[in-house]
Amino acid sequence: MNPHDAVSHTRQGQPVEPGRPRWARVAESFIEALIRLCGVSAVVFVLAIFLFVFREAAPVVWSGKVNLAEFLGSIEWYPTSAVKVRYGALALIVGSISVTLVAMAVAVPFGLGAAVFVSEFCGPRIPETLKIVIELLAAIPSVVWGFVGMTVISPLLVRYAGAPIGVNLLNGGLILALMSVPIIVSIGEDALKAVPDSYREAALALGATRWQVVWRVLLPAARNGLLAAVLLGVGRAIGETMAVLMATGHAVQIPHGLLDSVRTLTANIAAELGEAPVGSDHYRVLFLMGVLLFLITFVVNLAADLVVRGIRKR
Amino acid sequence: MRPRPRLKALLPSVAAALVLAGLAAGCGPRPQTPAGTPLKVIQNKGSDTMVNLAQAWAEAYRKVRPDVSVEVSGGGSGVGIAALMRGAVDIANSSRDLKPRELEEARAATGKEVHWYIVGFDALAVYVHPSNPLEEITLEQLEEIYAEGGRITRWSDLGVQMPEPRFDRIIRISRQSSSGTYEFFREHALRNRDFKLGSNDMNGSKEVVELVATTPGAIGYSGMGYATPRVKMLRVARKKGEPAYAPTMENTVTRRYPIARSLLMCVLGEPEGEIKAYLDWVRSDAGQQLVEDNGFVPIPPTERTRPMPMTPTP
Repeated sequence: MNPHDAVSHTRQGQPVEPGRPRWARVAESFIEALIRLCGVSAVVFVLAIFLFVFREAAPVVWSGKVNLAEFLGSIEWYPTSAVKVRYGALALIVGSISVTLVAMAVAVPFGLGAAVFVSEFCGPRIPETLKIVIELLAAIPSVVWGFVGMTVISPLLVRYAGAPIGVNLLNGGLILALMSVPIIVSIGEDALKAVPDSYREAALALGATRWQVVWRVLLPAARNGLLAAVLLGVGRAIGETMAVLMATGHAVQIPHGLLDSVRTLTANIAAELGEAPVGSDHYRVLFLMGVLLFLITFVVNLAADLVVRGIRKR
Repeated sequence: MRPRPRLKALLPSVAAALVLAGLAAGCGPRPQTPAGTPLKVIQNKGSDTMVNLAQAWAEAYRKVRPDVSVEVSGGGSGVGIAALMRGAVDIANSSRDLKPRELEEARAATGKEVHWYIVGFDALAVYVHPSNPLEEITLEQLEEIYAEGGRITRWSDLGVQMPEPRFDRIIRISRQSSSGTYEFFREHALRNRDFKLGSNDMNGSKEVVELVATTPGAIGYSGMGYATPRVKMLRVARKKGEPAYAPTMENTVTRRYPIARSLLMCVLGEPEGEIKAYLDWVRSDAGQQLVEDNGFVPIPPTERTRPMPMTPTP
């Protein structure tokens, strides 16, 4: 488990092998350094990206050109107005959160249900096939999902759900649900598999039905792992860009129902950053949104990580 | 726990996308130079609306004159004109008329007059769904529909009975705020007022038309070149009671169609040498064919390869 133990072990082990040539030892230390660099680089990259995004965003806040209260509390997003430029991101924040909530409302029951089925109710051969198919879902590029939302789900919503416009909150939520289900299933299934068989055996020996075993024993026992699965699904949904850009309709407004169009923070950055003049207020405000997103995904991932660590300790 | 690394990877990739988008804003594609040939380079910058057309010209011109390379970049009409005054580019593209202030600044900064040439026309068509009974609209009505505080929100406000009542709400399709088409529409249809919040802001001219085609209650604006059989173009009148004109090539050239604009190429002083040759070629039949291929309106044959009178247009 602990990488430091493994390293010291090999070092202690070296003198025990007198027949090893010198070049092998040199090569080994070189490769060791390389692997260490790979490990450290991930941390460096994340920090560097955060610093870069923060540095690009900071001047607009320090200079007082953008009021943080207005940024977080106003829905008026007019970054290129000819009359009065306003940077209110509330509608975009609400957009991101609402799409994620709709996605989770669909993905959590389906994902956890599939995880319970794969881990508890399947015959011996089906789980492998099922897992491969579910993981294939995760491999579909997000732009393809966006395409499905625009060309398949959108006309269906107009025809059958009575939607005035097909690209809306529900469409984006469904697409995101499909994208986060595979994550919830694989991690949820791992969490259920990690529950010791003795729990199941004890419950069955006491005369519990299979339903009672799942509901009263397995779900409480795997609670942390399942929560982590859901949180990672949330992280996936809130950070997704291309699919929501295409499927949500990209309209700055607070949605009043499932059939209203919304715009998310990610989609807004993707749509506007390319053409905002570098160094302008608009450009910096978009980076400020990046900081906000970074903080949201960071908190979600951290929460998931802490929860998973909680499981390992037990 | 297999999918976890994938999720962790998502986080930096979102940020990396931000970085890439930032970089992409700074650099345009450069034409490759065949080794050993001395090249005369013409720098061409400006309007985003014209950038595809300008690229097409530059590419075609390489076949005509392999010893001349035209380097094209976007940024917006104003950016192009500013670069022309600084002497950073030879030709500035503009999809709007030059402002008197810009002409004066150029005179003061360089001591030379800005000369401009009309190289094509563009008409913004107003699109609705074919099932919409509306046939014509006035600029005032467009302003009431699109502008912040405008009172028209339903098709019945325009006296139109939609086939189904749920399509009565007007779905406003617009462009992302950095688009030149958005700015042109704002300036000429909304008299520079801001757009109402909650419009669906698409990322391309084609997307606007496609969304209108699948949304019965929608209205959208886009270049006339993007028309398809699945949408209907409205005739547009300047004022109530005045005749409405369809966005045809003829009505565009004569400026009877109210939301039409000239596409300009601007140079400092009388053009000479290679720059004059290029401008002449752009305004020849070969160059104008590309204007038509790119969905714009070419200049009439009688006006090709002949300089415009040098008076500022109002």
